[in-house]
Amino acid sequence: MIRQFTASEFIFILTSARWTLLLTLLALLLGGALGFLVAIGRTSRYASLRWLAGGWITVVQGIPVLILLFLSYYGLALAGFDLPPIIAASVSMALYASAYLGEIWRGAIQSVPWQQWEASAALALSRAQQYRHVILPQAFRIAVPPTVGFIVQLVKNTSIVSVVGVIELARAGNLVNNATFSPFKVFGTVAAIYFAICWPISLLARRLERRLHAGRAN
Amino acid sequence: MPVVRIDGVHKRFGAQEVLKGVDLTVETGEVVAIIGRSGSGKSTLLRCINGLEPVQSGVIDVAGHRLEAGGRALRELRKDVGIVFQSYNLFPHLRVGENIMLAPRVALGINKAEAAARAREVLAEVGLADRFDAWPDNLSGGQQQRVAIARSLAMRPKVMLFDEVTSALDPELTGEVLATMERLAQLGMTMLLVTHEMAFAARVASRTVFMHQGRIWESGPSKRLFAAPETPELQQFLGSGLK
Amino acid sequence: MGFHFQFQPVLARSDLLLEGLWLTLQLAALGILGGALLGILLAMSRGLGPRATRWLIDCYVELIRNTPFLVQLLLIYFGLPSLGVKLNAEQAAVLGLVIYLGAYVTEIVRAGIESVHRSQIEAGLSLALSRWQVFRHIVLAPAIARVWPALASQFTLVMLATSVCSFISVQELSAQAANIESDTFRSFETYIVVALVYLGLALLLRGLLALLGAALFPAGSGLGRLRQTAR
Repeated sequence: MIRQFTASEFIFILTSARWTLLLTLLALLLGGALGFLVAIGRTSRYASLRWLAGGWITVVQGIPVLILLFLSYYGLALAGFDLPPIIAASVSMALYASAYLGEIWRGAIQSVPWQQWEASAALALSRAQQYRHVILPQAFRIAVPPTVGFIVQLVKNTSIVSVVGVIELARAGNLVNNATFSPFKVFGTVAAIYFAICWPISLLARRLERRLHAGRAN
Repeated sequence: MPVVRIDGVHKRFGAQEVLKGVDLTVETGEVVAIIGRSGSGKSTLLRCINGLEPVQSGVIDVAGHRLEAGGRALRELRKDVGIVFQSYNLFPHLRVGENIMLAPRVALGINKAEAAARAREVLAEVGLADRFDAWPDNLSGGQQQRVAIARSLAMRPKVMLFDEVTSALDPELTGEVLATMERLAQLGMTMLLVTHEMAFAARVASRTVFMHQGRIWESGPSKRLFAAPETPELQQFLGSGLK
Repeated sequence: MGFHFQFQPVLARSDLLLEGLWLTLQLAALGILGGALLGILLAMSRGLGPRATRWLIDCYVELIRNTPFLVQLLLIYFGLPSLGVKLNAEQAAVLGLVIYLGAYVTEIVRAGIESVHRSQIEAGLSLALSRWQVFRHIVLAPAIARVWPALASQFTLVMLATSVCSFISVQELSAQAANIESDTFRSFETYIVVALVYLGLALLLRGLLALLGAALFPAGSGLGRLRQTAR
C-alpha cells in the first residue's frame, strides 16, 4: 500500500536530521583532536613523524568515505568491539575529518611567516612555547574560514553512513520514498533540510574568509 | 581637421567630479604633453579618449570616430588609438612576439605570417628585434615597456596615448623608453603623453597642457610654457622641483 | 586474540574487482570530462552574460554545493522517471556526477577568472579586442593555470564519489566489493583490497593531472609560474 507524503512523513524526515547533526559534532570533536595531532606531526622537525602524518592524510584522502566507513565498521568488529552502527559511523567520520582538518591546519601553521619562528627562537623560547604563544594563535585565525567550510563537507558526507543502517537524514528519505513513491517531495525535502543546514555555514565561511583577507591587507 | 577633438567633457567618479569641462584639440603629427598634480584628472582624461572611462557629458572625436559607449564602434575606434600603460600590462602567458601578434590577428584578422612580419618590424623599431621569442617575465621593466609600445604600434594607430609610462621604471631604464618615444615623435606619430618628465616634455612635445582641478588651466607651446608659466598654479607646480 | 587475515579468497574474485574497476573508470572519465566542460561553459556564461544568467548559475552552484551528492543522485534516479524520463542507473550516475562536478568547476574557474588583473583586460580592450576575444585569449588560460591544483583536487574527489553510485545499484568498484564480501565473508580483507585499489587510482589520477598541467602550462612561461604559485 502506498502511503501519502503527509506532515507525519515530513516530521519523521526532519527529526532524523538530529542524527546528522550529532554525527557531525562527534566527527568534529574527535576528528579535530586527531587532526590537531596530524597537523603537528606534519610540521614536526622529525622526518618520521612528518611521513607518518603525511601518509595518513594521503591514504584517507585517497579512498572514498564509503570505503572508510566499511573499514571502520568491520575493523571494529574484528577487534572484538560489538558496537551499534552509529559508533562505527562516528569513528569513520572522525578519521575522515582528522585527515582533512590535519591538512587544513598544517596549511595554516605554514602560513605563519617564518620571521615569527625566528623572532621567538631568538627570545629563547622552546619549540613547544613557540607553538603555544606565537605560532598557534596566529595559525588559528588563518584556519577558521577553511575549517568552517569543511564543516559543510562533513555534514554532507554523513549521508554516506546511511548504508550501515543509521537512520540519519538521507536514510530517512529513502525509507519514506520506498513507502510513498513521491521522490520529488521526499528528496526535495531532504535536500532542503541539508541546504538549510549547510548554506548558512557556507556563507559564514565566506564572510570569515573575506574578513581575514581584509585584515591582512593582502 | 584635428585628429583629436575633446569638447566640454565632464566626468564623475561617483559623487566626485574629476573632469570639469575640458576642451582640447590635437592636430595630426602633434605631440602634446599633459602635466599636472596627482588628482588633476590628467590620466583620467587620457583614459576617456579610448573609452576606458565613460564620460557623463561632452563629445570626443578621435581619428574620425565619435566616442560611443561600447560595442563595435568603440572597437573600431580602438584600432586607431593605441595606449601604453604605466604598468605595461603585457600578457604573461604569451611570448613577446605572440603578445604583439595577438591583436592584429584577432581584431584585424591579419594572417599569422603577416602578423609575425609586422611584429618583427615594430620590435625592430623599438630596438628589441632579438627578443621575439622571449617571455615578458625575463625582460627588464624598460624592455617590457618598449614591447608594450611595439604591441600598440603593431595596430598602426593614428594616435598614441602614453599614461605615465616611465613612472614605474627605475631611473636608469627610463632613458631607453623616452628615446623610443622621441623617435616615434620624429617619425610623425600623433602623441598625447601624461608625464612627469618635464625636461622630456619641454624638448619633444610641441605643446604642453597643464591640468589643475579637473580643468585645462594653462596650455601653449612647450618651451614658452616651461620657461614662462603664466598662472600662479603652474608656477607653483613647476617651482616645486618636479623638473 | 590473533587476527587471521585471508586475502586469497578475495583475490580469487579479481574478476569482479576488475569489472567494478572498469565501470568506476568509465564513470569517473565521463563525470570529469562532462563536469569540467559544463563548469567552464557556465563560468564563461556567468562572466559574459546578463545578470539573470549570473543569478541562475549562482543558484545552481549554491544548491549543488550545499546538498549531498547522494541526495542529488537519488533525486535524479527516482525523480526523473516519475517525469517520464527513462534512464537506467548508469545514466543517472553519469548525469549526477556531471551536474555535481559542474557546480564545483564553475566556482573554481570563476575564482580563477576573477583573479586575472583588470589591467590585463584593459590592455586587451585597448587593442580593439572584443570582450569575447579578451576572454578567450587573455583571461581563460591564465585563469585555469592558476586554479589547476584546485581542479585536480576536485577531479580526484569526483572519482572517489563514484562509490556513492553503488547506492543506486551501479556495479562499480564499491558495489562489487559488497558482492565479493557477501561471497567470501572476508569483509575486512575485501575492503582493504578495494581501499588499496582506490588509493592507487587516486595517486594515478593526481599524477596524470600534474603531468597534464605541466604540459598545458609549461614551466618557462608566465602560465607555469601561475600554476605553481597557486600551491
